Amino acid sequence: MSAREFPVRRLRPMRLAMYAVMVGFALFYLLPVYLMFITGMKSFEEVNISRMWDLPSGLRFDSFLAAWNTLERSFLNSFQMVIPATIVSSLLGSLNGYVLSKWRFRGSDALFTAILFGMFIPYQSILIPLVLTLQRLGLYGSIPGLILTHVVYGIPITTLIFRNYYASIPTELLEAAKVDGAGFFTIYRRVILPLSATGFVVVAIWQFTSIWNEFLFGLVITNSPQERPVTVALQNIAGSQYTMWNVQMAGALLVALPTLLVYVLLGRYFLRGLLAGSLKG
Amino acid sequence: MAGKVAEEIRPRVARREAATRVRFPRVDRFIPFVVLAPSVAAILVFVYGFILWSTVVSLSRWQGIVPDLTFVGFRNYATIFTSYRFQSDLRNTIVFTVFFLIGSLVIGLLLAVLLDARVRGESFFRTVYLFPMAISFVVTGTAWQWLFVPGTPQEPTGLNLLFQKLGLPIFIAWSTTSEVWPNGGWQPEWLRVPLGIPLAMLPVIIAAIWQMSGFTMAMYLAALRGIPDELREAARVDGASEWQVFRYITFPLLQPVTLAAVIVLGHISLKIFDLIMTQTGGGPGFATDVPGIFMYETTFKSNKYAEGAAIALVMLVMVSVLIVPYLIWRLRTETER
Repeated sequence: MSAREFPVRRLRPMRLAMYAVMVGFALFYLLPVYLMFITGMKSFEEVNISRMWDLPSGLRFDSFLAAWNTLERSFLNSFQMVIPATIVSSLLGSLNGYVLSKWRFRGSDALFTAILFGMFIPYQSILIPLVLTLQRLGLYGSIPGLILTHVVYGIPITTLIFRNYYASIPTELLEAAKVDGAGFFTIYRRVILPLSATGFVVVAIWQFTSIWNEFLFGLVITNSPQERPVTVALQNIAGSQYTMWNVQMAGALLVALPTLLVYVLLGRYFLRGLLAGSLKG
Repeated sequence: MAGKVAEEIRPRVARREAATRVRFPRVDRFIPFVVLAPSVAAILVFVYGFILWSTVVSLSRWQGIVPDLTFVGFRNYATIFTSYRFQSDLRNTIVFTVFFLIGSLVIGLLLAVLLDARVRGESFFRTVYLFPMAISFVVTGTAWQWLFVPGTPQEPTGLNLLFQKLGLPIFIAWSTTSEVWPNGGWQPEWLRVPLGIPLAMLPVIIAAIWQMSGFTMAMYLAALRGIPDELREAARVDGASEWQVFRYITFPLLQPVTLAAVIVLGHISLKIFDLIMTQTGGGPGFATDVPGIFMYETTFKSNKYAEGAAIALVMLVMVSVLIVPYLIWRLRTETER
């Protein structure tokens, strides 16, 4: 007891310094978001780059509305892309993870490693063949083409997270089911799936966030404003000269909103996905 | 010894007996392969097949809309490696990777140690530090682009304006200069770009650290929580100072996490694209350009497919040098377990 109190008391002045550092960093992280918020709430008359940090005089959502008008269509596209891609890649990951953790065979670890490699490659190295293939399949420039792409390149990470997740389910449970005469799918349905709820939440959040935030595929696979996901649409208004900076800032916040909401509401699961994705196992 | 072996064998024997008793339907042994097949086929084609295909393109003469896969050897590689832009890209990637890694690791570790010290409001601070991880690099680039618009010393904007309001005598104009630090850089005869730190890289590095340091913080924090208190407590009882406890007990135990963080952050920084494309577009004068942007513009803006593929393959090699040894090492240690 006294051993525990001693260093704390000795470090009292240190504590203040610690809080100062922590608050300082918190301000650093919040600064851009604060700027995006106050900018979005100003009226067009109030928006002036030399008065960037002044608080808005009232609640006027001019910039948010202007940004929303340009991004509305893309928001729909992003949701149409993200939801099916998340569902399909989560299911595939679950099945793969089940096989690779509970039905291991000779070379299954090597196969898993070969699959994992796919999540590290720079996607530029597969981009030209991907575009040619999607063109041949008639999927280039379409939401289904983007969904297919995200499902395929999502396989490594979803498989990884589920494989690690299922590794914690005791094998005795499966052995018992086998003795009772259950086969591959019966065990999956009756034993694995009922224990998978958390795993699915973690993987779905991970996939939702990374597909929503993805930029390169969206940029290259779409060719008309009608199919663009939000990240591409945002980059587009950020790159055009005539759009005012306030609309860009407001647009950035709008694009960040869905994933931020998920983070705030389900942060615990987001964190788990993050740590699982970092290969710690 | 013999007893130990027997103990290990017994459950295995029991399991085999159980298996012969139950008798699985034969098909069950093939089902796992059937279930894996679509994913394995997809990865085989979309990852390995496409990489091979890109390699063929990178060794071809394809410059234009019409595909031309005539073999020309390493000509495209020679072209890009001798170009000013690609040499600049490689320098920028190295600078970005080094500073981004060091910044994220140091800040992440610092914040994790602070949060681990039983502070008040720990979960609030953790949430704040980590939230940039949830948003897109495109959002980050858009926001930070405006923070680093310098304005003029008389009429500053962005961060400079904030510094002025806070009474700090700071004026930075990194984002508008293609200057290389120090002294315009050092340029050997065989290179076309000066080596050094392009000042325009700094805003991009800061934005990237802003986004990713929460991730290293989370990894370090998880690792710190995994270290049993008794270990550190014992050292304190033996008279070790707080610094000594950190230096000789905690820090060595954090090395596996540091390695994992280096792998994850390293592969992100070697292939960075979204953030820089949005924040600077590679400018001014290629001072922040990276292979990812060069590849995109060469291939899809100029239709020089062969050169684009060559750039992409150099990127793949850079990432593989980091990733492949790690994956193989992981495979080995896991099989041993």
